[in-house]
Order: sequence, then structure tokens, then C-alpha cells
Amino acid sequence: MRNVLAIVGREMRSYFTSPVAYVVLTMFVLLSGVFFQAILSQVVRYASFAGPQPIDVPGLVSENFMGTLSVILLFMFPMITMGLFSEEKRRGTIELLLTAPLTDFEVVLGKFFASVSFYAVMLATTAISMSTLFIYGDPAWGPIATAYLGLLLFGIALLAVGLFVSTLTENQIIAAVLSFGAILLLWMVEFLAGNAASTAGQVLSYLSVVNHLEGFMGGVLATSHVIFYLSLTTLGLFLTYRSIEAMRWKA
Amino acid sequence: MIEVEHLTRRYDRKAAIEDVTFRVETGEVLGFLGPNGAGKTTTMRAITGYIPASEGRIRVSGFDVFEHPLEVRRIIGYLPEHPPLYPEMTVRGYLRFVARIKGVPRNGTDDEVTRVMDKVSVADVQHRIIGKLSKGYKQRVGLAQALLNDPPVLVLDEPTVGLDPKQIHEVRDLIREWSGRHTVILSTHILPEVEQTCSRVVIISRGRIVAVDSPSNLVQQLRGADRTVIEVVGPREEILARLVSLPGVLNALEKDSKNGEWRIEVETRTGEDPRPMLARAIVEGGWGLLELGSSTMSLEDVFLELTTEDQTQPRPGESE
Repeated sequence: MRNVLAIVGREMRSYFTSPVAYVVLTMFVLLSGVFFQAILSQVVRYASFAGPQPIDVPGLVSENFMGTLSVILLFMFPMITMGLFSEEKRRGTIELLLTAPLTDFEVVLGKFFASVSFYAVMLATTAISMSTLFIYGDPAWGPIATAYLGLLLFGIALLAVGLFVSTLTENQIIAAVLSFGAILLLWMVEFLAGNAASTAGQVLSYLSVVNHLEGFMGGVLATSHVIFYLSLTTLGLFLTYRSIEAMRWKA
Repeated sequence: MIEVEHLTRRYDRKAAIEDVTFRVETGEVLGFLGPNGAGKTTTMRAITGYIPASEGRIRVSGFDVFEHPLEVRRIIGYLPEHPPLYPEMTVRGYLRFVARIKGVPRNGTDDEVTRVMDKVSVADVQHRIIGKLSKGYKQRVGLAQALLNDPPVLVLDEPTVGLDPKQIHEVRDLIREWSGRHTVILSTHILPEVEQTCSRVVIISRGRIVAVDSPSNLVQQLRGADRTVIEVVGPREEILARLVSLPGVLNALEKDSKNGEWRIEVETRTGEDPRPMLARAIVEGGWGLLELGSSTMSLEDVFLELTTEDQTQPRPGESE
């Protein structure tokens, strides 16, 4: 555990000494702020035309905002994970990590938790927008909490995928492009399904990472979706672990 | 103690090292000598557990590298061929990180980092960013990293690369200081380094060991004859004829000439110093003796002889 924390600490410091972290954070804060504002004004306008039926303005805003966040994040994940192993390979520092008294699994977990910590910082910045809903309205806590939980699970799954991809190359850009491709595929896979009634279609739409988020956004916490994300995370970490083992054979 | 037995490592069927066997006793400094691509780095990586062996086994202080990787890594300090440095970190920050993953207790970290920085004299740059340091400093930070937690076994892949002559001297002194307490394997292609620091040498060529012995024995073993170089003024034929007729002289060869001065290399049977006899012969002949010097075979010659010709059969008495 101490070893994992040492790696997380080093990685976090390294994130914040490189410009990448600041660019990613700035872009994310900017985009999420702009979208929040747009969604808010749209919902307010809609509410003013809605007639006698009461509308849950803060609820609608947060649900739409969280959905939009998930799309913005799809573009951000590759930038968080691209350097995790590829840079270690390029600089030769991987030789230090793999000959220190650490297990390969501790190295993988350290890198993974570093990316998750950085992601948590990103998610935390959205609290600024969300807090306005609490200042000017009285939104229900439940759906917001499940939406954040959903985004967190969705994030760790895709970060694990990106972590694996970064073990495959020494080049950060290639790692970023490859993981972006992998994420797009996991996102778009349901469109490939076409006919959702067929078995293949059902399987493909099950694999879509975004589909599983809908429940969380609506305030429903379903075990099956939690299991989906955790399985994807486990798969990503397992592949990373095996890839490092293979790296030793090729080094 | 390090025991390497029948170590073979293949990449896509091609063997980088084949059937390498040697031992390093506790407290011994072993030099690993060989041309580039001979398999030095591969052997060292296998010992540190960075790469698995295709065949054979390695034990460090009794622990099998494959079965007990963590125990082995805990007792080895390793300086890879390219120092594994994070360029965005400060020297102190980097060493603190390495100390932590090497298991230095948290409250002893600062003292330990200070200790190794003093050892390799990098304390003056401890707050600088590693990426901005000169090559010599980077190499020494790499060395400092290997010394953290005072490991009993040190594996150093070309420890003096990139250092200036004064620093090379300091590092050699350090290595000599360790001998006795630490077991050291170092690789190099700088020959004086081996002669000055190592008690034993392994010469490796094309993935195979071609010789294991002490530096002086290796020189002795391969030296069939003493060579003496004479610079002399006089008639060439007469001088050569006189020299060859002397007792113990095997051959006399003209090497060079200018304005009636001859440079002659005389090969004599090993044993007695032939120089007084040669000098007397030339003076008695009435010729002018300008220079007389012995040229013993250096480790460099041994190295070249062993690694340039195609060696498939080890010479008798060379491998353990």
C-alpha cells in the first residue's frame, strides 16, 4: 500500500509539473462551465413556456449537465492516461520500477490510482457549477449523488482501458490516439448494432459504455450497471498487468 | 554472492546470451568486459530480475531470482545502462521517491538521501531539476539511486560513462571502497577501469563467456613472449642479424625507419628482463642506442585477441 501511494504521489506531482494537466483542467472547466450555462438558460426558457404543470428546474438541469459531462470527458480520458506507461518506457524509468522491490501489480495500481485521483480533481471542479443549483434552488440530492457515482465508475473503467493502451507504445501521442479510438468504439458500438432486437444487437448495445450511465443520471442505482463498469475496470487492469509481464519478455 | 548457471536469454529464437555461467563471491568486485552488443546488459538485466531468463538460473545471496524476485530486488542496487531519471523532478525529490519504493523507513528517508548524495557529490545540485543537469551529474544521480538503502549487492552497467576524468577517478575509488563489504558487478569497455577496480574479469563476446580470471592472470596467460622496442642508429641488416643471434631472442622485426634510425621490436622468451643484454649488444656493436623500452601485452590486447577472432571453442583453462 505504501508503495502504491509512493507511485501515486510521484505521478500526481508529475501531472502538475507538466503543462498537460493544466491544459486538460482548463479546457474541462471552461467547457463544463459553458455547457452548464447553456443548459441552465435552455431549461429556464422551457419552464417559462411549460404552462400550469410544475417543472423540476434544478433536477432537469443537473440531469442534462451530467449527461453532457460524460461526453466532454470521453475526449479528456486519453489525455490523462496517455503518458502513464509510455513515458516510463521512453525514458527508461520503467527499468527502475520493474527492478525495485515492488510487485508489477503495485506499479499498475499506483499508476491507475494516480489517474483516478486526477480525474477526481476534474470532477470536483464541476461542484462550482452545481453549487449554483443549491444556492438558487432546492434540487434532490439522490439523483445528483448517483450521477456523480455513475461518472466516477464510467471514468475508472475508461481510465483502466487507457492505462492498458499506454503500455503498448513509447509514444504518448500514439497512446492518446489509440485510447481515443478505443473509447469511441466503446461509445459508438450500439450504433453498429442497427437492429437492437437481434442477439448481436443486444450484445453490442450492452457493451456501449454510455448506455449504462442513463440509469445513474436518472437517480437509479442498479447493480448490473455497477458490475458492468467494475468488470471493464478489472479487464483493463488485468490487461495492463499482462502487458507489463510481456514487456519484460521483450525488453 | 551471485551465482549464474547456464543462463540463456533468447529474443525470437536468437540468443542474446548463451550458457553463461559464473560466480561472484561476497565482497568481490567483478568486471564484465565485452564489445557493444556482447550481452553485458542482458546478463545484468537478468540478474536484477528486469527480464526473465529463457534457460538457466540465477541466485543472489541464495535467493532464486525467478522464485523470489522481491527478496532479490531488495538486496540489489542497480544502475541501468541509461540512468532511470525523471527529468521533471528535483534531485532530492527523485531520491526521496526511490528511497520510498526501496523500503527506506519514512523517518530515515531524509538522512539516507543526504548520505547517498554526499557519497557521489551531488548535494550541491539537490534542489535543481534533473532534466537541466549535465550528463556527469545525471550519471551520478543514477549512481546515488543505486546506493539507496545500502544494498549488499551492486549491479552497475557502465557506471563511469559520461563522467570527466576526475569524477571517473572518484567513482573508481568508491567502488574500491565497497569491495569487501559489497558484492559488485560492473560492466565497462574501459580497460584500465577493470585493471584498477576489479579483482576478477569476465570477458564476454557474442553472448558467450570467453574468459574468466583476474586481470593479471589473463595478461599472463595470453602473453607468450615479452616484447622490447629498440630505437637504434646503424646498418639495418647487421643489427637485425646480431639481435636474432642473441640467446633467448625469438624474433626481431623492423617496425619503422627514418633517416637511418630504426625502430625494432624484439620478441624474447618470458623470464629474465632482456633489456641489459640488448643494450650491451648494441653498444658493443658500435651502434647508437636511442631508446629502449618494454612493451608488455596489456589487458587491451588480451581483450582484442579474445573478442575479435571467432571463438567457438573456449581456450583451455579459461572458463571455470
